Amino acid sequence: MIEASNLSKRFGPIEAVRGVSFVARDGEITGMLGANGAGKSTCLRMLYGVLTPDGGRACIDGIDIRGETSKARSHLGVLPHAAGLYGNLTARENIHYFGSLQGIEGERLRSRTAELARILGMESFLERRAKGFSQGQRIKVALARALVHDPGNIVLDEPTNGLDVMAIRNLRDMLLELKAQGRCVLFSSHVMQEVAALCDRVVIIGHGKVLADATVQSIRDRSGGGSLEEAFLRVLSLTDGVT
Amino acid sequence: MRALFTIFRKEFLENLRDRRTLVSALLLGPLFGPLLFGLMVSRMLDQSVAESDEPLKLTISGADYAPGLTRYLETRGVQLTRAELSETEARAAVRRGAEVVLIVSREYGPRFTAAIPAPVLLVADSADSQTRKSADRARNILGSYASSLAQLRLQARGVSPLLAVPVAVNDVDVATPTGRAVVVLGFMTYFVLFAVLMGGLYLAIDSTAGERERGSLEALLSLPVARSSLVGGKILATCAYMCISLALSLTAFVCVFRFVPLERLGMSANLNARTALIFFAICLPFVPLGAALMTFVASFTRSYREAQTYLTTVLLIPTLPIAFASIYSLKTQSSFMFIPSLSQHLLMTSVLKDEAIPALDVWMSAAASLAVALVLMVLTARHWRRETMLG
Repeated sequence: MIEASNLSKRFGPIEAVRGVSFVARDGEITGMLGANGAGKSTCLRMLYGVLTPDGGRACIDGIDIRGETSKARSHLGVLPHAAGLYGNLTARENIHYFGSLQGIEGERLRSRTAELARILGMESFLERRAKGFSQGQRIKVALARALVHDPGNIVLDEPTNGLDVMAIRNLRDMLLELKAQGRCVLFSSHVMQEVAALCDRVVIIGHGKVLADATVQSIRDRSGGGSLEEAFLRVLSLTDGVT
Repeated sequence: MRALFTIFRKEFLENLRDRRTLVSALLLGPLFGPLLFGLMVSRMLDQSVAESDEPLKLTISGADYAPGLTRYLETRGVQLTRAELSETEARAAVRRGAEVVLIVSREYGPRFTAAIPAPVLLVADSADSQTRKSADRARNILGSYASSLAQLRLQARGVSPLLAVPVAVNDVDVATPTGRAVVVLGFMTYFVLFAVLMGGLYLAIDSTAGERERGSLEALLSLPVARSSLVGGKILATCAYMCISLALSLTAFVCVFRFVPLERLGMSANLNARTALIFFAICLPFVPLGAALMTFVASFTRSYREAQTYLTTVLLIPTLPIAFASIYSLKTQSSFMFIPSLSQHLLMTSVLKDEAIPALDVWMSAAASLAVALVLMVLTARHWRRETMLG
């Protein structure tokens, strides 16, 4: 479970995030929807502790990310917006590197890598150097890298960016699989359809604030039988939203 | 601690597969110095040997006015070329590349007979180091001709020629063969330090700015690993490459000097496997300093290119104290041992000269370098803990 309570962050004169609170539950996929520059990445970065909030706090499975950073992080897998690989290392070595930095070694690391390779369909390029990988292959390795320590919570920052239709569908299946395993999945996106198709809950962010936090079903209900897109737009207009 | 080792191992292996790192760490850095050096010294040898063996070439104008002088020059083995040139023509000839021109004027004969100083003109270009040496040799020969004539003239007038030599100056040169070699080898210490820095250059860039450019930094920073371990592992890997580069460089120097016949210059290079090992030990404390400095500087840069620009400047930093010391020709003092790079330079020079080195100096040099290294490491780790590190 990932909890954000009253998070705020400013960069000089710009208030990037202003009192954001929400909860992403286990066994659910939570989507964070917002326009470019709405504050999604800043929020996520505070959740995985590479940015320090000016106010509020973030907890992973009840562990404060500022207080016990290492412990909280071991419960968390992160796929940042820029998820580059080490080109001179093979896919396996990339995964093993992060695995050993998460404290996993030896046989456990090998079997976990084999398992991820099977689930993500990476067997064909596991021993190849990452230099010439396609965007789809790269995202798979980056995801495997984030999941190598078997975390209960996964944060993904715009994971579908730059992926083709096939790769997006693959990713979607993977996220559903993670949800089925009872994990907490939180991902950000600026594509409404993507969020609607995948998420149980949606947190809509605009101007650094939470504009709406509801289940996809309740938003659908509120629209009174209209299309989902209309429902979203209504939520946005009700809350003085943008986009 | 285990994380630090994991990072070290990964950086070490990853860069072992990177052609850029290998070329700069294991080829350019360590071999550039010794090769350049070997070439430079052999060229110097060739030149000085050639100069003393080769006969002096002199173009003489108006040789008929001074038959005695001409004969004397010939007996001294000077290769004379006779030509009739005016002063202007002689100037032009020297500018065109003739070495030295001697012009005997028409009055030479009558003035010589009357024992009044008989004029000759020596036309040469003092800006050209080659012909300046020839001109000096010509001046020496002319001088000895003049003084032997002077002695004869005094004797003919019944005066002892010794009266004209009130002071006898005798030179005593205390330079030892190894000492003379140090003049030549003074540069070498810089190339050794250069090899150290070159060895870690690309790794320092790759593990910082490269990490950022690749987009792998944020994932790395979101791991449950202390930033000090991250920085420590990266600096340690840089140190490893620097040590390899240093070892290669010293080996190359030993090999090169086996083939350069320094003895022919009256020098002996005190450079063998044993001195190479001592050099390695002297430079070892400089390694973490260089690695920490490069990692620190590279941590502030956003891209490979930017890091390269700054770090090539860093390559020049160890030259500054060495250059400063040689401009002011400073003698080794214990207080210099607190200045990294200069202290290594002075210690290595002492080893080359075969001088005794106080143990305290060695410890001071090591301690000072390691202290600066530690400060830089702490600063780097602190920078890595900042949010701005994400860029």
